[in-house]
Amino acid sequence: MIEIDLRGFGCPIPVVKAKRAMEENPGQPIAVLVETAVSRENLTRLANSKKYGMEVEETGESEYRIVLTPKP
Amino acid sequence: MKHFFSSRTGIVLTGGAIGIIASLLQYLGNPPNMGICVACMERDIAGAIGLHRAGVVQYIRPEIIGFVLGAFFISLIVKEHKPRGGSAPLIRFFLGVFAMIGALVFLGCPWRALLRLAGGDGNAIVGLLGLTAGISIGVYFLSSGYNLGRAQPQKPFSGWVFPAFMLGLFLLLIFKVSFAEGGPIFFSQKGPGAMHAAVWISLAAGLIVGIIAQRSRFCTMGAIRDVVLVRDFHLISGVAALLVAAFAMNLVLGQFKMGFEGQPIAHTDHLWNFLGMVLAGLAFVLAGGCPGRQLFLSGEGDLDAGIFALGMIVGGGIAHNFAMASSPKGVAAFGPASVIFGLVFCLVIGYAMRDKVKA
Repeated sequence: MIEIDLRGFGCPIPVVKAKRAMEENPGQPIAVLVETAVSRENLTRLANSKKYGMEVEETGESEYRIVLTPKP
Repeated sequence: MKHFFSSRTGIVLTGGAIGIIASLLQYLGNPPNMGICVACMERDIAGAIGLHRAGVVQYIRPEIIGFVLGAFFISLIVKEHKPRGGSAPLIRFFLGVFAMIGALVFLGCPWRALLRLAGGDGNAIVGLLGLTAGISIGVYFLSSGYNLGRAQPQKPFSGWVFPAFMLGLFLLLIFKVSFAEGGPIFFSQKGPGAMHAAVWISLAAGLIVGIIAQRSRFCTMGAIRDVVLVRDFHLISGVAALLVAAFAMNLVLGQFKMGFEGQPIAHTDHLWNFLGMVLAGLAFVLAGGCPGRQLFLSGEGDLDAGIFALGMIVGGGIAHNFAMASSPKGVAAFGPASVIFGLVFCLVIGYAMRDKVKA
């Protein structure tokens, strides 16, 4: 799986980089590491608009590993 | 997981509340179409502490203090207070300086551009078009790999410094401390700086806006950026709500006057209204938030956002000291040159701060 570590990046860089990863790897699941609730919310909206399913795992205190899986 | 304020209803209610509060602040004493203007209010603070000597725009605006402290308190309560920093602070400082210069050539930040439009000022349309153009240029850089690098987690105390600075400003305001005969602290006797709602009303308004904006991530620049970048209409629905609510309140309170000429604290130089906001919009995108959002982030412990806000305050001093800030009479002597200089700076930053593209 493609893994991208976006911890420490401010809004909107996580969205920009996740979107690019989606476009460069069509049909593949992408795991993203982010640090803030804001990034999580923004990625939720990106996932909805790009028709990706989303699983959030809290890996630390306000640190999230988000797996984005394209819906068939 | 999902909380109310991150919903569409949440952002719309936030924008609507801000619009009503801003219009009411004008009714209760703030300058016309300036119920809330982050740039103008930071510029007034710069004047109050003597960073510039434009006598008509000097006042410690409690709204700004409330924005930061409201976001600070609520972020502590919901456990989102997270001290972080170290993502190119010096560059952010200068982005703040030039964002302020651009905003003061237009005479308002994006918040005031919306409030000016809600008050019937047609020049605001030109400013908002410029803002959109500047943001679009910024989005081009974002899409090309622009970023200012990662912030690092910081020790807990560092997140208290900017709120403490705001508390210090508040103490200077309520005790009207004088450090020398005639000031500082300077308080305008006439002009926009002398127009303000009562301190406690302004502070309460600021705190409310700080709280709801922290929860909903309200951002006037982000609203337009998200539409251009990812066709995401979430934030802009809040901005639209602000505009509609302020317009409706202005009608109710008799504060609406349509036209281009003779608008309060505004000029009709379309070219520089436009380009001033191109500069501000571009600087906001490169820094990752509108001036209001930068204050809410500062409250949450984002040290880099705090540096940007300080850059804006210093920029307010520079803009007035070096004859760059416009007045109702029009653009100042060095306004156009400063906008062009700022645009060159931002374009170089946008170009130079891209990730190296993999071959």
